[in-house]
Amino acid sequence: MIADGVEDEEKWLAAGIAGLQQNAFYMHRALDSNNLRDALKYSAQMLSELRTSRLSPHKYYELYMRAFDELRKLEMFFKEETRRGCSIIDLYELVQHAGNILPRLYLLCTVGSVYIKSKEAPAKDVLKDLVEMCRGIQNPVRGLFLRSYLAQVSRDKLPDIGSEYEGDADTVVDAVEFVLQNFTEMNKLWVRMQQQGPAREKEKREKERSELRDLVGKNLHVLSQIEGVDLDMYKDTVLPRILEQVVNCKDELAQYYLMDCIIQVFPDEYHLQTLDVLLGAFPQLQPTVDIKTVLSRLMERLSNYAASSADVLPEFLQVEAFLKLNNAIGKVIEAQPDMPILGVITLYSSLLTFTLHVHPDRLDYADQVLGACVRKLSGKGKLEDNKATKQIVALLSAPLEKYNDIVTALKLSNYPRVMEYLDSETNKVMATVIIQSIMKNKTHISTADRVEALFELIKGLIKDLDGTLDDEVDEDDFKEEQNSVSRLIQMLYNDDPEEMFKIICTVRKHILAGGPKRLSFTVPPLVFSSLKLVRQLQGREENPFGEEESTTPKKIFQLLNQTVETLSNVPAPELALQLYLQCAEAANDCDLEPVAYEFFTQAYILYEEEISDSRAQVTAIHLIIGTLQRMHVFGVENRDTLTHKATGYSAKLLKKPDQCRAVYACSHLFWVDDQDNVKDGERVLLCLKRALRIANAAQQMSNAARGSTGSVTLFVEILNKYLYFFEKGNPQITVAAIQSLLELITTEMQSDSSTPDPAADAFFASTLRYIEFQKQKGGAVGEKYEPIKV
Amino acid sequence: MLGKLLIQDSTKASWNYLVGAFKPPCNIFISFADGRSRKQVPLKKENGKTVMVALFQSQENIVGEVVIEPIQGKKVEHNGVKIELLGQIELYFDRGNFYDFTSLVRELDVPGELYERKTYPFEFSTVEMPYESYNGVNVRLRYILKVTISRNYVSNIVEYQDFVVRNYTPPPSINNSIKMEVGIEDCLHIEFEYSKSKYHLKDVIIGKIYFLLVRIKLKNMELEIRRRESTGSGPNTYVETETLAKFELMDGAPVRGESIPIRLFLSPYELTPTYRNINNKFCVKYYLNLVLVDEEDRRYFKQQEITVYRLLET
Repeated sequence: MIADGVEDEEKWLAAGIAGLQQNAFYMHRALDSNNLRDALKYSAQMLSELRTSRLSPHKYYELYMRAFDELRKLEMFFKEETRRGCSIIDLYELVQHAGNILPRLYLLCTVGSVYIKSKEAPAKDVLKDLVEMCRGIQNPVRGLFLRSYLAQVSRDKLPDIGSEYEGDADTVVDAVEFVLQNFTEMNKLWVRMQQQGPAREKEKREKERSELRDLVGKNLHVLSQIEGVDLDMYKDTVLPRILEQVVNCKDELAQYYLMDCIIQVFPDEYHLQTLDVLLGAFPQLQPTVDIKTVLSRLMERLSNYAASSADVLPEFLQVEAFLKLNNAIGKVIEAQPDMPILGVITLYSSLLTFTLHVHPDRLDYADQVLGACVRKLSGKGKLEDNKATKQIVALLSAPLEKYNDIVTALKLSNYPRVMEYLDSETNKVMATVIIQSIMKNKTHISTADRVEALFELIKGLIKDLDGTLDDEVDEDDFKEEQNSVSRLIQMLYNDDPEEMFKIICTVRKHILAGGPKRLSFTVPPLVFSSLKLVRQLQGREENPFGEEESTTPKKIFQLLNQTVETLSNVPAPELALQLYLQCAEAANDCDLEPVAYEFFTQAYILYEEEISDSRAQVTAIHLIIGTLQRMHVFGVENRDTLTHKATGYSAKLLKKPDQCRAVYACSHLFWVDDQDNVKDGERVLLCLKRALRIANAAQQMSNAARGSTGSVTLFVEILNKYLYFFEKGNPQITVAAIQSLLELITTEMQSDSSTPDPAADAFFASTLRYIEFQKQKGGAVGEKYEPIKV
Repeated sequence: MLGKLLIQDSTKASWNYLVGAFKPPCNIFISFADGRSRKQVPLKKENGKTVMVALFQSQENIVGEVVIEPIQGKKVEHNGVKIELLGQIELYFDRGNFYDFTSLVRELDVPGELYERKTYPFEFSTVEMPYESYNGVNVRLRYILKVTISRNYVSNIVEYQDFVVRNYTPPPSINNSIKMEVGIEDCLHIEFEYSKSKYHLKDVIIGKIYFLLVRIKLKNMELEIRRRESTGSGPNTYVETETLAKFELMDGAPVRGESIPIRLFLSPYELTPTYRNINNKFCVKYYLNLVLVDEEDRRYFKQQEITVYRLLET
């Protein structure tokens, strides 16, 4: 049925065009033969085709355009006719003899155009007459097109300032009056369209109406083009009249479109100077009008205007643009209680953008906006509207983008309060945005207060917010987020140790609330940050003020101890162990033996109680050995205890090769090159021998289990240790011992049961080459090596 | 066959003879002294042809001459020649009866014989011609000059000359507007206003219609000019109404508060002045009929009489 309707319409349009063309043909003939009477007759008949009610606006427009073209020719003819001596006044009367009103008025407008041009009557009188006579068309579509025609033919004939039609009697006031009146009538017709016809076609009508809206809007455009409309006239006449019409028409579509139109066609400067009036209209609009979009566009324009030149900024201040906008938004929200929260946020978001552009120095304004937003959001709980959430993100991102500096945003007390209304997912997104902004701009956040504020902002990442279901969080995303938090923690820095310590405490406070999942990400950067501070303090002169200073390495270490301890809840024993060792090393550098010892103790406890995985044990024991080896702070007793323990752990590893390697590594604990008091050659040898025993045992076990001996790698490794200590001058490492080890290895390699291992062979070969090389070096080393026979 | 042809031929010849025999023995020409300069207006004759005739108004002197020209070689014997100025009303339902409301006679010649062309000047001074020439549906009012050559035994020779009379009125001193509120209860209330109640023939009707209440879906609105010609009297009154103009004022459905302008030029329409009472024989009145048509093609109308007068053209 709809298809039929469309087809019918096509048919009617075709018929209309045919009728129009036929009469246009006769009209042309009459024009060619200067036959005025026939020209009028056929042009009226031609225009009668526009009387149809059967076409949709879209199709009607097509017909109208054809008629429009024909009327141009007729207008030319009228012009020539007056040149030939026909009185324009007579012509003006003559066309009014037409019986049908629509053709009559089209002809009248056409002659009227010539009449104005002839200047035989003041332009304003003709214009006034035309715009009055057009009232006869009350059919919305036909009326709109007719008046659009009038607007079209008159737009270059308005008595504007500087126009040739301006005179003593004709002023720009008349021009404005004319356009305003035409606009008012057109808008009335346009609005009326909505109310006519059956209710079931409401949507169709709305669509048709929006096709016609530019006909109405064109009047505003014409107004904006009139030179003589200066600020005063705009303020006193033009704007109030337009707004009166807009408000009174009580039509959603018209109000939305026209408000937008006003904002788009008139200069920003005018808007700024008439903000009161313009904004005053908004609360009076229908509750369903999409005010947020319009108002947002206004603010956007004003923002751009402010950005265009610094010269205009005083104007903004002078008219108190911000206050006015802020008030207006408040009133609009009040007037439209049903406005969705999205609208509210969009409005505030635009206002914020505006104030950031116009008053970058007035942070209090920005904070006010956010505060108003918070008030509106309060009591509504978390936002569930997706778009609204996005809008909030935009709102919150605006200050970041503007200032490129989170520090400024941190001064906005309402900023975090707005964030509270985001769902946790978005909250995280926002937090990530903030962190990225910091990273990108390398923002220096240097006080504990700011850190406090910052962590308040990004708390979505720092801790679990209510109602988050952990299983829904993607593991990778989570890692990504937490990694960015760790990066952030490392960026917090202040040269002043006092402040830095405060920062650390603040960060600590926040991250400890983050729950076990986050700690393994957040604790390490904090620990390293703290250690950095320790090193900084350590590099300083002794504090000249004695005990007064509160930040001492000791204090930091206490804190660190407690911090690392929290990892036990995670649990992340390997990580904790590593961190303890790091701390121990730092304590070592600060000559704090008890502290270092305590850290080691913690590490050992962890090793004993928590680290049960054999692979982890291997890693851990090597770490312990490595760290311990570098410690110089310990007295003999403590050191003995710790090394003893370490050796003990090494020997208790599960796999023989691991045991072996750990044990020979322990040998270093007894021989530290640059520490004269740690050169216990005997115990080194003991370790190596023990390692050899274990290697042997490993070989035998392998033989027993698989029928072949394992690789000689372990032996070669031990050989290397021997050589190392030999070279370092450990008296317990003798040539004979090395010699016998070499033989052992050679025998093992030649044994039938040995498994060929190219890597081990190569390792051995290169070890031998090293010996040979050292021999040939000559001097003390060469001499030392000389006895070794390869 | 041949004979028959001949007979036909002789018949034709005798017809020619007969025509010649009944032809008046003279030609009569009536002309006005100021015929060349006097305004001529079209007049529709009974046979449907339009001729241009001289235009007079009341109280004018009607001066001219009558030329009688006997056919070559004939003499016209007569009992006297006279010229009459007649104002006649002819009612079509009473065809053949003329009521002469004006009848003036001038004797031009005493009985005698005419041998050659003779010219008789005539003059009717300040002739009272109160009524205008009128060509209506049922009635005609005409002015004629009638020249009669009276003869014995044979019929008189008569010649007519029509002329038109139009009488001009100064603009009325009182010319009130017509203003009225009409409507159908709870349906449609309008107020209309025509700027004047009296219009001259080339006048323009200015006015407006103001919609006070619109509860019906109107389609359009037009203004009609109607002429009501009423002839006879008593039981024999014949009324004829013609719509002379249909002028669309509005297209589409107005809403409350709309005001629609009226501007109707009267010049394109063939109006006459209003004739209130022409010799108790007929009257012609004009009405403006405002018609509103709704979407179901129902017509709502209000008729108002206007007075039309002929304004002296300057």
